[in-house]
Amino acid sequence: MLILNCPYCGVDAEETELAAGGEAHLKRYGPGSSDDEFHDYLFMRENPKGVHFERWRHSNGCGKWFHAARCTQTLEVFGTYSAQTTEPPQEIKDAITAKRPGWSWREYK
Amino acid sequence: MSTRLAKQGRLIDRSKQVTFTFNGTSMQGYEGDTLASALLANDQMMMGRSFKYHRPRGVVASGAEEPNALVGLGQGNRFEPNQRATTTELFNGLTSVSQNHWPNLEFDIGAVNTAFARFLPAGFYYKTFIHPKPFWKHVYEPIIRQSAGLGKAPDKDSRDADTYEHFYAFTDVLVIGGGVAGLQAAKAAAQSGAKVMLIEQTAHWGGRAPVDGGTIDGEPVDKFVEQLVSELETMGNVTMRNRCMGAGVYDHGYVLGYERLNDHKPGTQGPRHRLWRIRAKQVVTATGAIERPLSFAGNDVPGVMLASAMRDYVVNWGVAPGEKVIVATNNDDAYRTAIILKQAGVDVIRVVDARAAAGPLAEEARQLGIRVDPGKAIAKVKGGKRVKKVALCNQEGIGGAREEVECDAVAMSGGWSPVVHMWSHCGGKLIWDEANAHFRPDPSRPPLGANGEGFVLAAGSSNGPLALADVLTDAQAAGTAAAKAAGFKPKNTKAPVGETTTEAPMEAVWLMPANAEVQLRMKSWLDFQNDVKVSDVQLAAREGYESVEHTKRYTTLGMATDQGKLSNINGLAILADALESEIPKVGTTTFRPPYTPISLASIGGEARGEVFQPIRQTPMHDWHDKNGADWEPVGHWRRTYAYVRPGESVHDAVNREVKNTRENLGLLDASTLGKLIVKGPDAGKFLDMMYTNMMSTLKAGKCRYGLMCSENGFLIDDGVVARIDEDTWLCHTTTGGAERIHGHLEEWLQTEWWDWKVYVANVTEQYAQVAVVGPNARKVLEKLGGMDVSKEALPFMEWRDGKIGDFDCRAYRISFSGELSYEIAVPASQGQAFWDALMEAGKEFGVMPYGTECLHILRAEKGFIMIGDETDGTVIPQDLGLHWALSKKKEDYLGKRAHSRSHMADPERWKLVGLETVDGSVIPDGAYAVGEGVNANGQRNMIGRVTSTYYSANLGKGIAMGLIKHGPDRMGEIVEFPGTDGKTYKAKIVDPIFFDKDGEKQNV
Repeated sequence: MLILNCPYCGVDAEETELAAGGEAHLKRYGPGSSDDEFHDYLFMRENPKGVHFERWRHSNGCGKWFHAARCTQTLEVFGTYSAQTTEPPQEIKDAITAKRPGWSWREYK
Repeated sequence: MSTRLAKQGRLIDRSKQVTFTFNGTSMQGYEGDTLASALLANDQMMMGRSFKYHRPRGVVASGAEEPNALVGLGQGNRFEPNQRATTTELFNGLTSVSQNHWPNLEFDIGAVNTAFARFLPAGFYYKTFIHPKPFWKHVYEPIIRQSAGLGKAPDKDSRDADTYEHFYAFTDVLVIGGGVAGLQAAKAAAQSGAKVMLIEQTAHWGGRAPVDGGTIDGEPVDKFVEQLVSELETMGNVTMRNRCMGAGVYDHGYVLGYERLNDHKPGTQGPRHRLWRIRAKQVVTATGAIERPLSFAGNDVPGVMLASAMRDYVVNWGVAPGEKVIVATNNDDAYRTAIILKQAGVDVIRVVDARAAAGPLAEEARQLGIRVDPGKAIAKVKGGKRVKKVALCNQEGIGGAREEVECDAVAMSGGWSPVVHMWSHCGGKLIWDEANAHFRPDPSRPPLGANGEGFVLAAGSSNGPLALADVLTDAQAAGTAAAKAAGFKPKNTKAPVGETTTEAPMEAVWLMPANAEVQLRMKSWLDFQNDVKVSDVQLAAREGYESVEHTKRYTTLGMATDQGKLSNINGLAILADALESEIPKVGTTTFRPPYTPISLASIGGEARGEVFQPIRQTPMHDWHDKNGADWEPVGHWRRTYAYVRPGESVHDAVNREVKNTRENLGLLDASTLGKLIVKGPDAGKFLDMMYTNMMSTLKAGKCRYGLMCSENGFLIDDGVVARIDEDTWLCHTTTGGAERIHGHLEEWLQTEWWDWKVYVANVTEQYAQVAVVGPNARKVLEKLGGMDVSKEALPFMEWRDGKIGDFDCRAYRISFSGELSYEIAVPASQGQAFWDALMEAGKEFGVMPYGTECLHILRAEKGFIMIGDETDGTVIPQDLGLHWALSKKKEDYLGKRAHSRSHMADPERWKLVGLETVDGSVIPDGAYAVGEGVNANGQRNMIGRVTSTYYSANLGKGIAMGLIKHGPDRMGEIVEFPGTDGKTYKAKIVDPIFFDKDGEKQNV
């Protein structure tokens, strides 16, 4: 039963108010992409023990999608941020570095 | 015998007598008794039989850890099995029955199992019942089913007569456990100004400290507790709930509390149980410690009890569990029991202490005239339904050279284990404490919260300290630390000073005597409730079970409803010894919530019966209900399946509706169809991405049927889209799909194309929508008057705003039936009036309302697909012959890239066809078509399946649609559908359009 802060309405939302939306910062591949690119976009997902970036929706609240950076092992939350971005903002990366020096996730570190 | 003492009993009120029954016998107790203490006062030591061997069992403990004294409580709608007598508060009229025996408690047939015990060792299920194979079904299973099961399930026709509820609470500090440690920790935290909640599982504050004696700040413990409780009660920032157990600790400070409001006064107004859903910034677990049994032969004979429990029965309830008692111990604390029993007038024959030397409490016992035998042990307890004799021996050795002593009760103490469950539920780690031979919380590895810091602190004896003085200072420190961690500034106050007699160190004793021979080990119980003995765990080790988790499952040690509160540490010590390993290396099994079983009804809370789930009703719901509606759930909606007239079957009604709609005039309440407004400068571009076909080119005033696919190409919804104006579209979704598709659109808008200017609103409930269907559809609308609904003014697949009669409406000329059809939307508030007007005006045209089954049959006759019938999440538009709805002009839409993946273009995919049974019968729903040959399991190979199947009253035969391998290329061929009824249905593959292939009826 996580608590995540919704960056849109500011509420510290109970997990029952939220819907999980899987891995964050996927790049969409459409027509014209190779089979491998499309396959990876559809099916290949990170499964880290540690730092992870996820999509969540405040579905029983303001209805907005947002991103969360958290640790899958300890459930520590490093921060939540807007869904309208293609990569984690610097302050989120800094917050993770402060707690997990040397972290990396996909191409980010 | 066990009996009520003339004095003592701090929790009972001797002026208030209570009558109750046990196995039909009427008995007396006092207010304040537990069922266990009252049964003991009535000399009812034997309270049940064991699960596997049906051995006679008596009460062992005095609290939540009790493994044996489980009873069926109450009657009829309030009957509940497996209730612990030790935590059941006595009330007038309580009825209880013992469990696990047939025909009765005193004489039980299943007890022969104990004679065959050597054939029922650990893992016997896995070993015995493998061969011969047919024996399993006809011999083993019936026998096991007869003898297995704990307690009796309530009668299947009974219904829980009580109500239950959920409460939500938010607090800075939650303290679990209202003993002296919990009370003191709560005070220390509350003095900082933090909001504190304190919960205690029993009806009393103070825990067991008042029984154990000593003083706090120079006062008796009882007095200290009384003062502290009244002090906390006056503090505005403290909430206190007793009869409220901490059931589980979960992520980010979420805790479940289980409050038993009315168990002690059933039938009283108000909920019986309340589930507290608590969010705490910090949690202090002050859950105390539980005494361990000693493992000696016959330690399960009724009359053998924990030393602390025996003490509780004397002090709390004024009950002596025996007349002649032997105390066996490996620590000083058990001497308190000997002293209290002696002072209460009970004959304490002897204390056998496995250690060579004891502390001052032993001296005190000796001075009272109690014989203390150091270095001695119990070799065996003799007696069947009650302790009769005890054979004593040296602790060292195999148990020879025995001396037999007569007695009727044995108090045992193997030391104390902290209750670490709440600490461990959410990941807190433990360390092994050599001095006290127990696991205790490791403060450096607590459960972690959202900020990465620990959010649980253990306090008092649940943290390891056992002496009163240490418990109080530990609790003060925990309360202070919790307040600080929750962001408050604690006051710098000192812990109260506790004083008790100092104790000599205990010595770990895992088996009594230390090298007990096998005959003794086979009668030395570890897990009383699941009948697991020392020899079982040793056998598991010999057979290669090294992991404690595997041993647990193989032997069932700790898997009973008490979850091994008494047995776990003893069991893993035996395992460690058998593996020649050390206890901390073997480790513990996982502690899982709830701490003790909680009622399923409390988890359900208020969500029962009519309020289980909200039901969505259309504006015309009540009319349908009054006019014979046979209801069908569709999503959260209730829709009319058919309108059944008096004397009709549902099937008759459906057939009548089907024929009438094709021949005269039918009305369908279509209000449940999803209606999404999509608006904005980029709305056309957006809809082109969401639908497989082109929506941006649709002209205002026109409608288009559209398909939606997921990104991996599968059909997820369909519906008619109407363009309202330059930047506005109205998208119809399926009845169950409105919220899901709304969410789908929002997801793509918010997370992928967030710079597109589009707004989506779900207006489903703003409109009532009626489908006016049949050859007379136009006539009835023209009779009501208003807008021009002629073929020229409102052609097929167009819509117009206007007035029909007095109603503002939007009329869509669309058809899901193949008939002349209008779907007319009016404001929801006008829905019933509009429906009434249509029914009245339609009389002369043969109007009849029709339900969803008729709707399904009409569409199936026309070969129209239904999302959820023809699709199941693995079906693509191409499977259904819907290529025409896939835009070739658009560069991109959701699903387009996926449709070019190799498997999606595979010609072997099952494709939609119509199916016509050879003999006119109806193919069973869900039937599969079988082809040549068999698969690896010897089953017929499948070549397709039925997706929709109905009896068509218009055609007078069974019709179906299905997905068949190479289906469209096999027109005219016969395929076979084996039914579960043993028959095989033969059907001819035909075109899926059974009726009016050219669409002449709808295009008039």
